[in-house]
Amino acid sequence: MTNLPDARGHFGPYGGRFVPEVLMAPLEELEAAYAEARVDPAFQAELADLLENYAGRPTPLYFAKRLSESLGGARIYLKREDLLHTGAHKINNCIGQALLAIRMGKRRIIAETGAGQHGVATASVCALFGLDCTVYMGEEDMRRQRLNVFRMRMLGAKVVGVTNGSRTLKDAISEAMRDWVTNVSTTHYLLGSALGAHPYPMMVRDFHQCIGKEARQQILAKEGRLPDTLIACVGGGSNAIGLFHAFLGDSGVRMIGAEAGGRSLKLGEHAARFDGGIPGVLQGTFSYLLQDDDGQIALTHSVSAGLDYASVGPEHAYLHDQKRVLYTSVSDADALAAAQRLSRTEGIIPALESSHAVAEAIKRAPSAKGEIFIVNLSGRGDKDTDIYRENLKELDASE
Amino acid sequence: MFERRKAEGKPALVAYLTAGDPSPAATAGLVAALERGGADLIELGVPFSDPVADGPVIQRGADRALKAGMTLSRVLDVAKEVRKNSQIPMLLFSYLNPMLRYGFAKLAKDAKAAGIDGVLMTDASVEEAQTYVDAMRAEGLDTVFLAAPTSTERRLELVAKYSSGFVYLVSRTGVTGEQESLSDPIGPLVASMRKYTQLPLAVGFGISKHEQFKSVGSMADGVVVGSALVRVVEQHGASPNLEAELEAFTRRLVDGGA
Repeated sequence: MTNLPDARGHFGPYGGRFVPEVLMAPLEELEAAYAEARVDPAFQAELADLLENYAGRPTPLYFAKRLSESLGGARIYLKREDLLHTGAHKINNCIGQALLAIRMGKRRIIAETGAGQHGVATASVCALFGLDCTVYMGEEDMRRQRLNVFRMRMLGAKVVGVTNGSRTLKDAISEAMRDWVTNVSTTHYLLGSALGAHPYPMMVRDFHQCIGKEARQQILAKEGRLPDTLIACVGGGSNAIGLFHAFLGDSGVRMIGAEAGGRSLKLGEHAARFDGGIPGVLQGTFSYLLQDDDGQIALTHSVSAGLDYASVGPEHAYLHDQKRVLYTSVSDADALAAAQRLSRTEGIIPALESSHAVAEAIKRAPSAKGEIFIVNLSGRGDKDTDIYRENLKELDASE
Repeated sequence: MFERRKAEGKPALVAYLTAGDPSPAATAGLVAALERGGADLIELGVPFSDPVADGPVIQRGADRALKAGMTLSRVLDVAKEVRKNSQIPMLLFSYLNPMLRYGFAKLAKDAKAAGIDGVLMTDASVEEAQTYVDAMRAEGLDTVFLAAPTSTERRLELVAKYSSGFVYLVSRTGVTGEQESLSDPIGPLVASMRKYTQLPLAVGFGISKHEQFKSVGSMADGVVVGSALVRVVEQHGASPNLEAELEAFTRRLVDGGA
């Protein structure tokens, strides 16, 4: 289970490489460059140095004492990816891919972003390395994540609004792919989740594996044993696979991926791919996919822009079918309530994406006395202030 | 068909239309207009919600078609309708997911019964195409694949191996769409592909004018025109003269003149 994907990028039946022919040779080139970098001590040393000194790794594994006590059950630890530079786990992958792009001689970087966290992390590493940066973002997401749009521009990136489709993450990825198809000789597509065509799902996972490796050591040091349950939110699934991967061989560790349950589980009102999705191909990979009877991609909804996507990383599809990871969905309302509860009990305002994982922990903890949970707090909530204000109006009344 | 044009010293015109644009009922008539205008082969585009390989013109065409209720099974109904009056070769041109959802074996059978001659899938590499190719060939359908300027020699060989009917050469990196001038030389890709196959070679992406049709056609067996035709449909979609406009545009493309 830990030695996947196979040579052609398959996780069981999922994954692969479903792109126009123009992109096939560039993907082969990327795969070869990554295979070299992966075993190059100089590359790994530079990556490790930047993760420590620029991004701020290792991140703490924090025991959320008041949250745990208030629930009266499991001991809940938070893996504090929210404390990383730029505010989310996304920076791990961005540093890795930017180093790889430089190694390949590509000085122009494009990226898609949903919540804006990946866009901000990409814009930051491009500034750091002096790379040209263009970020595609759905106009609906630009509206709900205004602060991150400004941050990207302040960092020197060009933010291009996408007006197609639902004007969210999926449409931003399509537009980034169109740019890449056109400018492929000069441009690296810095894809931000464990999605897309091979080698992206593998490569993005590898760059986030530090999350689980650290958490595993940290929990052993603090508790002297492995955790009972890991919980992470799953949009494309990069933070979740980053946490889970180091524990896949530990059969006693249960893993839960929290998808966006949105307003309801009616098609079009959520982004719970494992609750109504059917395997299909979108944007380079074969995985669970929310679609209609004619194979058209369904619209999705989540209060959290980063989880609002019709497909899911192919390794998650595989882990789902293997029953190694349990995927569940958390509604908009429960995620918002969890964000407020974590803020009040621990003094931590989580990102809306991560709030889905916190909500799942809140639901499960009371009946899990004596157990240890690790929740991946993948990002911080500053960027979501506008959405929290819209949804917590009682806190926003003027004097 | 390619041979016949070759004997006349002309390239074949491969004409793309998004089926269902501006409405499912209009498509069979538009195919007839293309044929009268001089098209030799029709690519019936199956509209898809997320067409990553297409530029704005065909994206809008797909949007209009989907809003008008077009589906893959209705595209096959259109093909049946065309077949009542015409023997023009027809290729189903689709992104993978609608075909996957329909089911390859059922699609091959239904497409054959509807009079479709071959299938082209825009977003799947030959490496992932074995089951698809097997299913289509089992019903005697051709499988056309694309080769691109970025394709390595190894990839060209693979494309040749999996293709039948003809090979579609993409003239430049990028999405579909007309271009004022064709900047990238197509000669080298034609020559490279020729090393691996005797199949006819059709060149597409960016071609919208008679001069381009002629110059590209002098190097290949066929010329694919898509966005320029979809643009005519877009501009005259609501007009009773749509078919006449499309026919006239097609004729100018092939024969020149005003």
